[in-house]
Amino acid sequence: MKTLKIEDLSKNFGSTEVLRKINLEIDEGNFLVLLGPSGCGKSTLLNIIAGLETINEGNVFIDDYNVSKVEPKDRNIAMVFQSYALYPSMNVRENMIFGLKQAKTSKEKIEQQLEKVSKFLQVDQLLERKPSQLSGGQRQRVAIGRALVREPRIFLFDEPLSNLDAKLRVEMRREIKKLHQQLKTTVVYVTHDQTEAMSLGTRIAIMNHGVIQQNDTPENIYNKPSNTFVADFIGSPSMNLIKGSLKESSGEISFTASGSNFEIPVKGYEFKDKSNLNNKEVFFGIRPEHIYFKKSNETDFEVTLRADLSEYIGHEQIMTFDYANQEILAKFPSTIKIELTKETKLYFDLTQTSLFDSQTEERI
Amino acid sequence: MQDNLKSSSYQQLEQKSKYTNMFLRWFLYFVLILFASYFIFPLYVMVVTSLKTMEEIRQGTLLSWPSGLNFDSWAVAWGGRGYGAGDTFLKPYFWNSIKMVVPAVFFSTLIGAMTGYVLTKWRFKGDSWVFLFLLFGCFIPFQAILLPMARTLGALGISNSIVGLVLVHTVYGIPFTTLFFRNYYVSVPTELVKAARIDGAGFFKIFFKILLPISAPIIVVTVIWQFTQIWNDFLFGSTFSFGEAAPIQVALNNMVLSSTSVKEYNVDMASAIIAGVPTLIVYVLAGKYFIRGLTSGAVKG
Repeated sequence: MKTLKIEDLSKNFGSTEVLRKINLEIDEGNFLVLLGPSGCGKSTLLNIIAGLETINEGNVFIDDYNVSKVEPKDRNIAMVFQSYALYPSMNVRENMIFGLKQAKTSKEKIEQQLEKVSKFLQVDQLLERKPSQLSGGQRQRVAIGRALVREPRIFLFDEPLSNLDAKLRVEMRREIKKLHQQLKTTVVYVTHDQTEAMSLGTRIAIMNHGVIQQNDTPENIYNKPSNTFVADFIGSPSMNLIKGSLKESSGEISFTASGSNFEIPVKGYEFKDKSNLNNKEVFFGIRPEHIYFKKSNETDFEVTLRADLSEYIGHEQIMTFDYANQEILAKFPSTIKIELTKETKLYFDLTQTSLFDSQTEERI
Repeated sequence: MQDNLKSSSYQQLEQKSKYTNMFLRWFLYFVLILFASYFIFPLYVMVVTSLKTMEEIRQGTLLSWPSGLNFDSWAVAWGGRGYGAGDTFLKPYFWNSIKMVVPAVFFSTLIGAMTGYVLTKWRFKGDSWVFLFLLFGCFIPFQAILLPMARTLGALGISNSIVGLVLVHTVYGIPFTTLFFRNYYVSVPTELVKAARIDGAGFFKIFFKILLPISAPIIVVTVIWQFTQIWNDFLFGSTFSFGEAAPIQVALNNMVLSSTSVKEYNVDMASAIIAGVPTLIVYVLAGKYFIRGLTSGAVKG
């Protein structure tokens, strides 16, 4: 049984296609993050799961039951919003029990739930306050509490941290993580922040233009991006994509950047399809953090590059190098001194590379 | 030497700027007092004239102080002289106006709030057209609808009645009240409505439990606006009612125009003040909310 299943879902607003053939499944207890740039359709997808938006095509199942035409309140879900959406005229207690009262829950049960949740979230001292008298973090907690008291099957979070300042955001992120660890509930979480996505999700679905680009574990999203969009979107700075072609001779495959004849061996790379690799136009992908200043593994491959630009950001520095007239970024600890405009020896970690077809932009 | 020179020239400049500032300040006060007296002047004349006897009015000047607090003309304006035919006084018409203005303000405000709520939180296809046509209602000259409205009231059997006037004022208030509430609710986050829907609240529950309780500032604005419009209306009142069903503004007009022999300025002035006082009271009671409601829109919290 899948806690949530989305089947061939499409949605358009007038002539604008917002979601295209979305297929998605979540098992009980998973934390799914919908990640993508603004306008990719992730919030619309969340609203559809909640039942706040209608569907043009496809179905939504919760616990194998088709809820596509079921009212939001009957879907056994709860949602936390970006603006918290606490009812301004009600105090914290009334805010938290509003849903239970609508559902005609018994008084004892309501009191019991309220006490349990407010203690758990440490808002039991704030019950008589109005939302306007709360700090950002407290509002956030109350909003989560309002979702918790209903004991839903699925929690929906719509960018719940983006209204908080940087410090509080990191704090609340940890709290949400703890919450999920303790309660082991199923969560769908929308964000455009990749750090949030990586640290919270047990699975991440990356979306662009209404299509899911990759739905995978955070590790696979980072290490094995399924196309150039994902490779470019995840990581800061994003993955270097060097344009060039593959060469196959006597079973050994190597990569040559366009405009150079320097060969990088492609050893131990797991190709999806090993045929027709010779002369294939590809992007060679390597993350800035996988370019080393000192050789650290046997498999590291030595290259000599000219440093063009240095960006100091405190704990580390981002250097820009020239590789056959293509820019390559690398990230080093700021203790390392690299002279600009000079050739420097660097090491590519060949276990951490990705290859993409330059036509389809898909991983090969 | 150099330093001394410098400091003395700075002193001069300081002195100069002090005089300039003082002059500007006094000039400002002068202008403000001038304008204030310009606005207070008519009210002053009305009040002092209403407290004078006819004798004093004939002898004194417009601005002269009354000899004493003489409320006789106020009593005549409110309750009449006590003899039968031709004695027009304001009391019954004042209550007519109250009976007209209270339900008309209530219904137009409530309906405007609901329309504003639907137009912002339950968007539907073509809703912006509906809003546009409602806005036209704000700009239609009321003279243009007198005839069709008279026919309508006749067909409904409520011409020349308070109920008819309540209907007219409610209908012609809705464009304005809708505009006010729509612009207010636009700034209320729609996520509130979404959250309430997930919590299981329906259309009316969301309106009455969540949106209406945070609408106090705009309700005050709307009530003041509608009260003033309806209370001060003369056109609809004089067209759709006469005799006993007339509102106070019509009665005031009849009273002032139909005095038989001598113009009783003191009674006229007292009547005019009585007819204008309710709107003043509403402003004084709710004025600070009026300003707040007009300037603020966003609901934070």
